[in-house]
Amino acid sequence: MTQFALGEFHPFEAAGQRFVYLTPSAAVFGLDDEAAEVLDALGDGPKSAEQLGAGADTISELLRVRAIGEAGALPQPAPRSIPAPDFPLSTLVLNVTNQGNLSCTYWYEYGEDKIDDTENGRQPKFMNQQTARESVDLLLRESGMNPNPHITFFGGETLLNFPVLKSTIAYARERAAEAGKTIDFSLTTNGTLLKPEIIEYLAENRVGVTISIDGPREMQDQFRVFKNGNGSYDVAMPKIKELLKRHTSRPIGARVTLTSQTLDIRRIFHHLREEIGFWEVGFAPVTTAPGRDYTINGRGFDHMLEQFRSLAAEFLEYALENRHHGFSNVQDTIEEIHKGYNKSHPCGAGFGLMGVATGGDVGLCHRFAGSEDHKIGNVSTGIDKLVQIGFLQKHHVEEKTDCMRCWARPLCAGGCYHEAHIRYGDTSHANLHYCEWIRGWTDTCLKIYGEVMVKNPKYLTTDYADYTDQKEQYETSQVY
Amino acid sequence: MKHLKSINQKARRIEEQPEVVALQGPPQQPSGPHIPLGCSFVFAPGWEADSNGSTHGLCQPVERDLFDCHTGCFWPAQVPDQLNYAQDWTKKCAAAAKDWRKLDLVFP
Repeated sequence: MTQFALGEFHPFEAAGQRFVYLTPSAAVFGLDDEAAEVLDALGDGPKSAEQLGAGADTISELLRVRAIGEAGALPQPAPRSIPAPDFPLSTLVLNVTNQGNLSCTYWYEYGEDKIDDTENGRQPKFMNQQTARESVDLLLRESGMNPNPHITFFGGETLLNFPVLKSTIAYARERAAEAGKTIDFSLTTNGTLLKPEIIEYLAENRVGVTISIDGPREMQDQFRVFKNGNGSYDVAMPKIKELLKRHTSRPIGARVTLTSQTLDIRRIFHHLREEIGFWEVGFAPVTTAPGRDYTINGRGFDHMLEQFRSLAAEFLEYALENRHHGFSNVQDTIEEIHKGYNKSHPCGAGFGLMGVATGGDVGLCHRFAGSEDHKIGNVSTGIDKLVQIGFLQKHHVEEKTDCMRCWARPLCAGGCYHEAHIRYGDTSHANLHYCEWIRGWTDTCLKIYGEVMVKNPKYLTTDYADYTDQKEQYETSQVY
Repeated sequence: MKHLKSINQKARRIEEQPEVVALQGPPQQPSGPHIPLGCSFVFAPGWEADSNGSTHGLCQPVERDLFDCHTGCFWPAQVPDQLNYAQDWTKKCAAAAKDWRKLDLVFP
């Protein structure tokens, strides 16, 4: 008699109904009472169909989606395919300078955990026009079939190199037109160097803008300080308000770095979203080696999760009324859940996205741009395909044994390479220090997703399509 | 399906699959390394790369496609070449598993 056992999934409840998030397919199914009873009964060990007393169709449906399987059957190995070598490059991040005008101690570019060597002259402080142009050529070459590749300008403080940014945009438009493509642009800045003519230029050229900002004055001024120690809030804020007023051709988002000392997420969110007027606000915990005094530790993660959850509850209220809330961490995750993302790699670094250092070396992403150990090419010589393939094979989620028992791996896939590099000195290491947080947060988002799909399924489907397009365009410009 | 309701797009795709052999059958053999099935019969671009798109898996081990390279391969292979100078190399070797000792050295 065939015995059945539970497959790999994460059960959750939303709107009074029961669901399963299946791993590794990343499918979400709603259960009726009979199906739920089968899963409950199998919770304390394998049973035969007779013992389960369920209908044959229930069992065959659960088998079909792999919510259950035959007891003792070997798990099927997941396909370990890597993206083809000609996978189109869609975003190139140009580190136009690694010079900042603030002194954020937590900053990965110049702070205590930097990996880029500018002081010894290995990387120039500013990208020159020639390198920027070669980057454009590289993107057009490597973007293959993609008719709409994307350039993000990044720093340092990006606006310190505004002249090169401006001439690069003109050059890119020209070259893209010749190639029958369109390129769109975005940049990340701390806002302190915005000027009326720069704002005017960004608005006219539809350059997407992300502002790095940490929240209300006392939080912003904790880490985002000028070299003389003065806070940057009072300098940046009037300029940011001016930008939000004038630049309406693209939605403008805020990107907040969370530290152990600035964890008042609700307050930060409402300040930036309502008082200042950002379209959306995204949060990311600071990347640090363990032991820095701003590092978010275990208890900090719990506190952060609590706050994220309460803000997520607010997001849900908005979503049920088809209103835009702006908490991008939830929005992004439920969209990934809805599409059923099942990631072979935690992010597009090294295939869909690459970062160019000021000197022209191409790194996995902007965070690794300029690091000799994480170089995968150069704008003048192109991408080293063997290095790239080697990287993708080594960093496949199936190579991360730590992740093999985790139900959240379709969405997490081990987490940020840069974070892993800083924490463990190894880009291919799973980010074990935030597993609990990832699972807790994914569970919260699944519940919100379930609730939305029961009560207002249109939010993520039909009527929402236009907004999603707009979003997607915006999303590609998000570089942290 | 009656008891399960597909919620996200991935679930819908699973539901829409007409015949889910892979999901219903017994565990499949994991897909093994790249096994060429006779690259010499047709000029088929693509044989230059293995199933992962690289060249690491080609001709590994060399014995695997010994005969393919011997018989009528247009590619300069490191085995005796039936087309040009070693027509009879495998004459005494009807079943390689049994008769492989009869495959001798060749000095063209």
